[in-house]
Amino acid sequence: MHAAIPYIIAALLCSVGVYGIMVRRNAVLLLMAVELILAAATLILVTADAVHGAAAPTGQVFALFVIVLAAAEIGVGLAIVLRWYRTFGSVDITEVDAQGGESSASDSDSGAADNTDPVATSSAQVML
Amino acid sequence: MTVADVLLVALGGLAVGAGLLVVSCAHVVRAGLWLVVALGALAGCFLVLSAEFVAWVQLLIYVGAVVVLLLFVTMLTRAPIGRSEELDRSRWPAALVGGATAITLVTLLVQAFGGVTVTLNGAAIGSAQRIGVAVFSGWVLGFELLSVILLAALIATIVVSRRMDSE
Repeated sequence: MHAAIPYIIAALLCSVGVYGIMVRRNAVLLLMAVELILAAATLILVTADAVHGAAAPTGQVFALFVIVLAAAEIGVGLAIVLRWYRTFGSVDITEVDAQGGESSASDSDSGAADNTDPVATSSAQVML
Repeated sequence: MTVADVLLVALGGLAVGAGLLVVSCAHVVRAGLWLVVALGALAGCFLVLSAEFVAWVQLLIYVGAVVVLLLFVTMLTRAPIGRSEELDRSRWPAALVGGATAITLVTLLVQAFGGVTVTLNGAAIGSAQRIGVAVFSGWVLGFELLSVILLAALIATIVVSRRMDSE
């Protein structure tokens, strides 16, 4: 087996994830792109283990660690996204600047008006 | 080209193609389902690389738990079910940065590992027994720290997503 093949696959997956992080506006889709980068890191570790790991499967142990850390990361990240959705009624990350936190929300009335829609927020709370 | 090479190219192409659809699909739910395909193909790559236990853990945790959680939050945040054009920002800067990342990483890794060939000997190298022995003999501290991190993440998730009384 050529060792370069899985390394190239991991590099391409990582760059796809970088593209996704830059292009997506929906916070949930952005977290999916982060998952792609973490999966690429796992592939790098497993490949390094197959190429160099003779005595002990250290690379595979670290791949397991990365998988567990990714699970923890996605849990906290999605909890933050949910909280954000309940507060602002949207998961669009480009609307953060228009919000600017609760203190400066009065500076941009046009941007804040459609996001803090009371109907959407209250119906979301009913649903949750 | 050995059988392992052919399998890796096929599964890796599937993973990268599905990953491209994850970041470019206009349906939110379909992007999550393409993520299942990408991560499943990656688990196949792990199997070819004789990392059997990691492959099954990948299927269980990523495809079984993480993607389900992502789809769950997609529904809770009321993402548009159908096709929506509002998902993406302008593509050119992102494509530029992504392409530059790809060129850099591929060049680096090909220069480092271009001529290296490996003979994969058997599935026993990544069996659950061997991984378990390695974890509980050499990496016990890391394992325990990871369990503490998981507990902290669990508590943080509950606290952050809980509805406050003041609202």
